[in-house]
Amino acid sequence: MSQQDAIRRRKRIKYFLIHAVLLATAALFVYPLLRIFSVSLRPGDKLFSTDLSLIPAGATFIAYASLLRDTMFLRWLWNSLLITLATSFIGVSLASTAAYAFSRFRFPGKKAGLILLLSSQMIPAGMLILPLFLMIMKLKLMNTYLGMIIAYSVSSLPFSIWILKGYYDTIPRSLEEAALVDGTSQVGAFWRIILPLSTPALSIAFLFNFTTAWNEYLVARVVLFSAKQYTWTLGLFELQGQYITQWGMFAAGSMLVTIPVLCVFLYSSKWLISGLTLGSVKG
Amino acid sequence: MASVQFKGIVKKFKDNLVLNGVDVDIKDHEFVVIVGPSGCGKTTLLRMLAGLEDITDGEILIDGLRVNELHPSKRQIAMVFQDYALYPHMTVEENMSFALRLRKTDKGEINSRVDEAATILQLKKFLKRMPRQLSGGQRQRVAIGRAIVRKPKVFLFDEPLSNLDAKLREEMRVEIAKLYQRLNATIIYVTHDQVEAMTLAGRIVIMNHGIIQQVGSPIEVYRKPGNLFVAGFIGSPTMNFMTGKLSLQGETLLFTGGDLKFTIPSFVLHDAKKHDGREVTVGVRPDDVLVGRTSDKCSDKVEGVLEVCELLGHRENLYIKVGETRLLATVEAFFDRSPGSAVSLCFNYANMHVFDKATEKRISE
Repeated sequence: MSQQDAIRRRKRIKYFLIHAVLLATAALFVYPLLRIFSVSLRPGDKLFSTDLSLIPAGATFIAYASLLRDTMFLRWLWNSLLITLATSFIGVSLASTAAYAFSRFRFPGKKAGLILLLSSQMIPAGMLILPLFLMIMKLKLMNTYLGMIIAYSVSSLPFSIWILKGYYDTIPRSLEEAALVDGTSQVGAFWRIILPLSTPALSIAFLFNFTTAWNEYLVARVVLFSAKQYTWTLGLFELQGQYITQWGMFAAGSMLVTIPVLCVFLYSSKWLISGLTLGSVKG
Repeated sequence: MASVQFKGIVKKFKDNLVLNGVDVDIKDHEFVVIVGPSGCGKTTLLRMLAGLEDITDGEILIDGLRVNELHPSKRQIAMVFQDYALYPHMTVEENMSFALRLRKTDKGEINSRVDEAATILQLKKFLKRMPRQLSGGQRQRVAIGRAIVRKPKVFLFDEPLSNLDAKLREEMRVEIAKLYQRLNATIIYVTHDQVEAMTLAGRIVIMNHGIIQQVGSPIEVYRKPGNLFVAGFIGSPTMNFMTGKLSLQGETLLFTGGDLKFTIPSFVLHDAKKHDGREVTVGVRPDDVLVGRTSDKCSDKVEGVLEVCELLGHRENLYIKVGETRLLATVEAFFDRSPGSAVSLCFNYANMHVFDKATEKRISE
């Protein structure tokens, strides 16, 4: 009996410690967000107050209202959303097919190609600004959505290919072979069998593409130059002047831009549950 | 249903020759089992027939039609894979109807075919379940059901029972035999398990190192193995082999190998003079090593020492050492001797096999 009690006590302590660590980590991540939220609610005359309360005295949504009314924030948000969604869909489509080829077919340069893709990820983003700028300029796509979409899609492609290739490698080939015998083409087997089974990896690739494109600043700074075409990252910096920065609006904008990312994360979380291939082969 | 012909099939993976000129004719409605050890090329041969593997040389004909370049789906074959290969994102019903839906078969027809197959395989209760919710045996049934609904010309089974436990394997073996009687289909079945081959096959194709060793009915390959490999591969427990030399003593042939010495009568080896001085391997199945008894068609007595007894229930395995040669004899239980005691044994001439030592080919009748 006493031994069982000891085991139960040890379990309880372990349970408590795990939750303590989880709560502390969650607090660490949520706290800055709460501070921004607090700043966004402050009235204009209390922006530099050292008050730490979450809902400040005289809390107001005036910063949100003026951000939406007096600036082109909604337009910037729309630009960002358009570019990000297009980038994510194009990026995932290209990566899923390229990764399939890398996973399933033998061709000259396969290994070199994979290493090249990986090494391209090791180049700092800043170094790619100039080549990207030259490329987009030569394509006459400066200050356009298409220019941004191309720049973003290609830069996140290597990561997506690696993620998807790794996942495809775990799907037994016999599933495709069974589909071939059942009457699909190779493309059909990919479309009907491999893609539906790869939703966890596809969601990760989609999320990566989405968050990277959504938060990107450097490339946007170089490619876009008219305020109408700005993404929200550029737009928010418009609020920062030489003599005055509108911190209230800045914080309000920061809060609003987290909503789409949050929605995408919540929606795709159900697809992230892997283990879908369990039970397909062997017992 | 259909006939299948393999003509001079060669398969190379880079420099590795996997199949070297395979010729087999499989008749309509025949149940052929291709058996051989791992890496002998049997699965590759099956995959080539299914269209999942390129053919380096030779041709495959289904119903007289060359299918070398035909897409797998156009060959009118259905395959049951070793690992079942059920689509994990589809229910049992969707798995079974997948091929028919691809062909845009009429819905009513699909339902009746799935229903029929599910009834045969006792899967009706599981139609709405996902593969991960099924046991190994049930998954195997679904894989077979998926093949049945297509009504193919040829069924291909690639080691379908190798992932099941012993009891389930036995049950499924009986199920497959019953299924064959019911479907009366052309079935090509690949396995490394000679028990499956013996029990299921109408004809067995035995392969080793990419070459066909023998083709024949189970009883033919058991009673008259064409070479040393087949003799050792077919039959459980495996055959005893004794190597030695033949010499002519008057009119009869005498086999001498270490401490073993016995005559070989003319009904086992004709034309005694021809074999004088020949190096041979003599094969005798454990059932034909008679311990402590004689028969009129039995060799001269040989004295040995009993090493180990293994009681199997109704039978008993006796490991006996004769000089340097170790022999296995299977006798009725219970053999009333303790290990270490001397036993006398003889070999049943009726089932004695003699192979040339150099060519390993059968030379006895």
